[in-house]
Amino acid sequence: MDRAGAQARIIQLAIFALAAGGWYFVTAAGGVSRLLLPSPGEVGTTLLRLIQTKSFWNSVGVTFSSILQAYVIAVVGGIVAGYLVTRSKTAMGVLEPVLAGLFTIPLTLLLPLFILFFGIGPASKIAYGATYAFFPVALNTIAAFGHFDERWLRAAQSMGASRWQTFRHILLPGAFPVLVTGLRIGFVICFASVLGGETIASAVGIGHNIALSAEQMEPGRLYAWIAFVTITAVTLNLLITSIENTIVRRDRK
Amino acid sequence: MSTASSTLGSSGAATSRRAFHLRMILIVGIVAALEFYGRFVADATLFSPPSKIVQSFFTDIMGDARIVRALWICIVEIAVAYVLSIVFGVTTGLLVGATPFTRRAFFPVVIALYVIPQVSFLPLTILLFGLGPAAKIAFGFSHAIFPIIINVVSGMRTVRELHLNAARSMGASRLDTIRHVVLPHMVPSLFTGLRLGMTLNLLGVILAELYVSNSGVGFFTRLFAEDFNPGPLFALIGSLAIIAIAFNEIVRIAERRLTPGAHRKTIIKTAGKEKQ
Repeated sequence: MDRAGAQARIIQLAIFALAAGGWYFVTAAGGVSRLLLPSPGEVGTTLLRLIQTKSFWNSVGVTFSSILQAYVIAVVGGIVAGYLVTRSKTAMGVLEPVLAGLFTIPLTLLLPLFILFFGIGPASKIAYGATYAFFPVALNTIAAFGHFDERWLRAAQSMGASRWQTFRHILLPGAFPVLVTGLRIGFVICFASVLGGETIASAVGIGHNIALSAEQMEPGRLYAWIAFVTITAVTLNLLITSIENTIVRRDRK
Repeated sequence: MSTASSTLGSSGAATSRRAFHLRMILIVGIVAALEFYGRFVADATLFSPPSKIVQSFFTDIMGDARIVRALWICIVEIAVAYVLSIVFGVTTGLLVGATPFTRRAFFPVVIALYVIPQVSFLPLTILLFGLGPAAKIAFGFSHAIFPIIINVVSGMRTVRELHLNAARSMGASRLDTIRHVVLPHMVPSLFTGLRLGMTLNLLGVILAELYVSNSGVGFFTRLFAEDFNPGPLFALIGSLAIIAIAFNEIVRIAERRLTPGAHRKTIIKTAGKEKQ
């Protein structure tokens, strides 16, 4: 690493240390109410105690199975719908602006409707997460297959490529990066919307536990859950980024 | 990413006009189908036909001073949160992107914070800021500021060294360089950030509004949902959607007005950039 890079790292570590140290000292000095900001030690021990309970893993299981189900629905629906739309120029001209326009409206607004239709259980969160994540997947599928450079296709055809060969060697590799972007955005949205749905109206799951700890004024548990979500999200993000990089690199070869 | 413009050839205008007509027909068809479904098929406790929703908008929503007030508060929250996030987001972005070194040091921190799902902080935000507008403004602000910072920083990166050198060699002062070279280059990226910021700002404010269920919009959505009264519920959600669309449109119009002419064609609207 060069010198400037090392200095940048040092600053990042200093920011982290400052935040952690500031948190520790503020709570140790007793400057803020424990109800609003518990000490790092309390959050740590609460998290350790929490992950040994069965109800913790039940909640995590409910949330992650909801996220997974919603994501599968969104990916399958989004890719199929998006691909079908790109097969006709008319359909694309008509539908793409409609989908893009709908996606700029905060679909969170639909949450009360999903609660009304599917009840307070996981089903409403799955429907809500699937609907929200459908849009980025479908829009990126359309962007990937629809706005394709015609010359590549014509070149392939003039060289006698079959329909399948054109799809396998031209369309798919060309569309892949944009498609993967859609899948990643879709996952982030799916994760956040299931969690948000659980926070606002649910009787189970991680989001419900976060809301419950806040209502019961249990700051240790509240921060422990937030810490768990943050760690999980950061880990998943690193995992997805590395998978994405591996796929894209293999694709280039 | 490829551009949307590649599909529009020389006959683009005629094609897009035809697409527009077909789109209108499609929307009218969907509304008619929903009307039929709502009137003759659906359970009246779960679904309302569009005509009843419109009627409910005038009687139950506009006719109820408490709901009108809640909607106005919502509008003010969205506007205040957005102005704050622009002021602090652009300032932070300019500071972070000021030199290659500050960018390398601070930009990864911003990105790392952006990755955290903020919705897990929703109950905490309410705990810290109370049940009133302050919490909703704070939650909208914390959602909107990140895309603005990120796009300001990436916008500053797109300024070509060549152009800066040219300006300098022609004797431009620091202020002149910023005014005539850096800012015009940043505008497209800045507006990408502002558009995204508005989308997330709306998300943040509405999430917080829905979460607080003992006052404001959240109270009424819960009330209508628990009473199985879909007419006013759909009308209230529709009103919020119209507010959201209006805010998005204001940003889009500002973008079209303020983007320097030379850059207009380079604004590539791709689905992927709408939401990161």
